[in-house]
Amino acid sequence: MSTFKYTKEHECVFIEGDIVWIGISKHAQEALGDLVFVELPEIGKKADKGGDIAVVESVKTAAEVYTPIDGEIVEVNEAMSDELELISSPVNEGGWIVKLKASDSSALDELMDEAAYTEYLKEVD
Amino acid sequence: MHKTALHAAHIKLDAKMGEFAGYDMPLYYSLGVKKEHEWVREKAGLFDVSHMGQISIKGTGSQDFLEKITPSSYRKLGINRTKYTVLTNEQGGIIDDLMVTKTDEEEFHCVINAGCKDKDIAWIKSQLSETVEFTHYDDWALLALQGPKAEKIIKDVLGKDLSDVPYMGLWYEDYTMFCSRLGYTGEDGFEISIKNEDAPKLWDQLLAHEDVEPIGLAARDSLRLEMGYCLYGHDIDATTTPLEADLGWVMGKGNESYIGVEHVKTPQKKRVGVKLTGKGIAREGAEIRSMQDKKIGELTSGGYSPTLECAIGQGYVPIEYAEKGTSVLINVRGRNIEAEITPMPFVSAKTKSTKVKAA
Repeated sequence: MSTFKYTKEHECVFIEGDIVWIGISKHAQEALGDLVFVELPEIGKKADKGGDIAVVESVKTAAEVYTPIDGEIVEVNEAMSDELELISSPVNEGGWIVKLKASDSSALDELMDEAAYTEYLKEVD
Repeated sequence: MHKTALHAAHIKLDAKMGEFAGYDMPLYYSLGVKKEHEWVREKAGLFDVSHMGQISIKGTGSQDFLEKITPSSYRKLGINRTKYTVLTNEQGGIIDDLMVTKTDEEEFHCVINAGCKDKDIAWIKSQLSETVEFTHYDDWALLALQGPKAEKIIKDVLGKDLSDVPYMGLWYEDYTMFCSRLGYTGEDGFEISIKNEDAPKLWDQLLAHEDVEPIGLAARDSLRLEMGYCLYGHDIDATTTPLEADLGWVMGKGNESYIGVEHVKTPQKKRVGVKLTGKGIAREGAEIRSMQDKKIGELTSGGYSPTLECAIGQGYVPIEYAEKGTSVLINVRGRNIEAEITPMPFVSAKTKSTKVKAA
């Protein structure tokens, strides 16, 4: 089993019990180009599956980061605000943007593993 | 979608392409937007701007005609010198902004925006008098070489010494290539007009120089934004007058009979520069609010400035808020970010002097 799971919107997630660490995939990082700002949500904010929880801004554009499950924001990566390069670290190290406590983990089953995501990228490209 | 004469060259360079004004254009190349932006500020970048329209107006009465369709005056403009100006409509609004080069007493060459070509041409033709002749050079390409090394690169690659050409000056020796010392980046540099069939060779020659990288439209936008230059359809349009756009300086002394002049009055709102002092990036459409959280305007352009490493933008605010140093708020996705009205350009221009060197 791969360490990370992926969404069709190119989030990369790491699951640890009912805590879901959410970042963005390498593919998303490359598509965005140089990051210039990350807008973090408030801790305690409730988010519904598919809702936006953060915004990453690059020189080119702004991209929303969505949650793949319902839950509550329990931690935000403040360090990333000052050191945007962290985004390229693995999600379970410095590359996470938010940590979300899942209220219903079943939606996580819909996520793609590394191999499925690689296939998906070939399709959408 | 339209393609420029350099389309195949962009594909070969594996540019990220996108639609702009009906053309399939390079947005960025392998360096990426930020590095492309920095490359232009440090060395020199090569842009394909062939989507822009190249037209000429000549014949008896051309100067009077231009003084009817634009608020500028051309009487004192030297031969082979260029002026930035706007086309005004009957309401005093801006139809387009353009560069006008006087190539002879009654002969002018203009460069107009790609997205405005059709309406500009229709408008100009509808205003023509019998003795004035209009030509659209739709088989000519336009390359921009922009950056502090541009002059040296032209010398290295083409063997031409253009060091005596002043800012806003035109150089040519035959009718195959026209180099204008101007641009949209605030750097020294040239826009080179050349026949479509000769453009790919010149593109490749310039690109082969070690100090040249190809630059896409995305960095072109961040470069012009740092200079506070207008992007038509965003920062200026048919509803903004030259005075509202803070382009009063294009108005020529003595030209009080251009189209729409009676509607170009002391403005109630003005285009201003905005620098974000709080964290965040604001883009076109973001609300500008007073410190009392009341909406006073909207950004017409906005983004990240690689040179200043902060967010900047342009927008319109009522005159009472237009003073430099005025604190305002920019609302981005419901969050207010502190900002300040800032004089433009945000980054000092490094264009060549306009003075001709004494012989």
